[in-house]
Amino acid sequence: MKVVVCVKQIPDPNTTGQLDPTTHLLKRDGVEVVLDPGDEFGVEAGLQLVGAHGGEVTVVSMGPERGIDAVRKALAMGASKGILISDDALRGSDALTTARVLAAAIRREGFDLVITATESTDGYTGVVPQMIAELLDVPALTFAKTVEVDGSTLKVKRQTEEGYDLVESGLPAVVSVTAGVNEPRYPSLKGIMGAKSKPLDRLTAGDLGLDGAGGGTAGQSITSVEPAPQRAAGSIVKDDGEGYKRIADFLADRKVI
Amino acid sequence: MALDKIWVFAEVAGGKPAPVALELLTKARSLGGTVEAVAFAPDAADAAAELGAHGASTLYAGTDPLWGELLLGGPAADALATLIEEHKPDLILFGMTYNSRDVAGRVAAKLGVPVIANGLDVSDADGISVQSSVFGATQNVATRFEGGAPAIAIIRPKSFVAEPSGGAAATVTPVTSPIAEKHKSVRVTDRVADVAAGPKLEEAPIVISGGRGLGDPKNFELLDQLAAVLGNAAVGASRAVVDAGWVPYAMQVGQTGKTVKPAVYLAFGISGAMQHTVGMKGAKAIVAVNRDENAPIFKLADLGVVGDALKVLPALVEELQRRRS
Repeated sequence: MKVVVCVKQIPDPNTTGQLDPTTHLLKRDGVEVVLDPGDEFGVEAGLQLVGAHGGEVTVVSMGPERGIDAVRKALAMGASKGILISDDALRGSDALTTARVLAAAIRREGFDLVITATESTDGYTGVVPQMIAELLDVPALTFAKTVEVDGSTLKVKRQTEEGYDLVESGLPAVVSVTAGVNEPRYPSLKGIMGAKSKPLDRLTAGDLGLDGAGGGTAGQSITSVEPAPQRAAGSIVKDDGEGYKRIADFLADRKVI
Repeated sequence: MALDKIWVFAEVAGGKPAPVALELLTKARSLGGTVEAVAFAPDAADAAAELGAHGASTLYAGTDPLWGELLLGGPAADALATLIEEHKPDLILFGMTYNSRDVAGRVAAKLGVPVIANGLDVSDADGISVQSSVFGATQNVATRFEGGAPAIAIIRPKSFVAEPSGGAAATVTPVTSPIAEKHKSVRVTDRVADVAAGPKLEEAPIVISGGRGLGDPKNFELLDQLAAVLGNAAVGASRAVVDAGWVPYAMQVGQTGKTVKPAVYLAFGISGAMQHTVGMKGAKAIVAVNRDENAPIFKLADLGVVGDALKVLPALVEELQRRRS
């Protein structure tokens, strides 16, 4: 089985992001970057599937040149091949351009199953998996909390507002996995050393026949960025053993008891 | 530039429109022009009265029984694209729900138009813009659609308050385009409900949430006890404990979970990561209990108690029982 996992390098989610006041692009300078923690679940899901059914995991990423570290981490976890599409012309691309670039790279590579996170932890648009599926003309089994392949049938438990649905389709397909779908492995020292000799393709938009695609103002543009109004400061007390009374009084004041 | 035609994509289950569809119709009315709804469900036409009462003049309804058996995204995007070509809406509003995200993403890719997601408001003052909040609600951003109709906006539930317009039932226009064969093998074979009894998380006037600070999954029982004594309360959770498998995903409050706006939100052992606060900062009042006095949740709290949630909770339950009796 040929599994392609989409990954993204993002600013460390434990730091508060900033938009550049003039370009309205994410400030990337001087910010720690990491493989999106959500993507680790996708890489792990892919590795478990090829572990059970045979085949290989290829990771594909679009982003600045230093995004290579995110691809290398996935290789160190056990993926067989990496693809990084890096192109100044793609800076600030929106979800649709991102999906077009990733879909073109995936089509070029060939696939039985594409795995993504449900959304990136920095952008949160949450529609790239569906767009990739549409561009590849395959089903999108989204928000999966479990993924199984049984012969040529793909089975997922798909998150819903009330619980989950059992959803089935054939392959090829796109699956987006929720955080918590599995326990991502840590790269071993052997894995980290081995990653350096694994094949790694570096592509531009032109290599994918997508010259002129994307950029920060294609399709949409940010017209204003303002600090959000903050809530008024509340009263913070140390629990002296009677903190519960303060809460009960607060609830009584609000007439909820 | 006034908008001529706005559509709201409505999810319908059991003949009832999802609450977010009524919220979006209420907003759409204020933007002017013709407001219409689109729904794909075997009983979609049953929602015409309620959708009409919130401002939809027409309901384009796909009522093939297959809509109840297939994963919505693929076939709904095809049918919607056909309708869009015929009727040319300027703007389509979707709720930020699992199925609507699927449909919005696929239809946008099919038509080659941009999507703006995570919206909290939408305006057409200077082109169509969507307001959203980023970086844990520390900054508000306005994003404008640049060319390519329709504009597709995905709006978080509870961004608007649904208000009836007093309109008559929407005129039902059947959607006749057939569902393509390729979609018929993508089936929902079972639907499982995972939510506790009592009021729904999104609708409860009081929400009590727990996080890592509760130490152990079994301590969620303390939240259930508090909910029972308060009545009208639902129990939620942070992403950390959902990911750890303590409680079902359906209980998650936050960016990837539910958005709640209760009268009172009580957070026990939740640090207040941005991922969580985005889903609860709209509460009228916030009470937080956490051992770490530097926890970001205290920046939002009207009342913050720095202490051990496992000590405060049983004492609070007892105190409320005493005051009740």
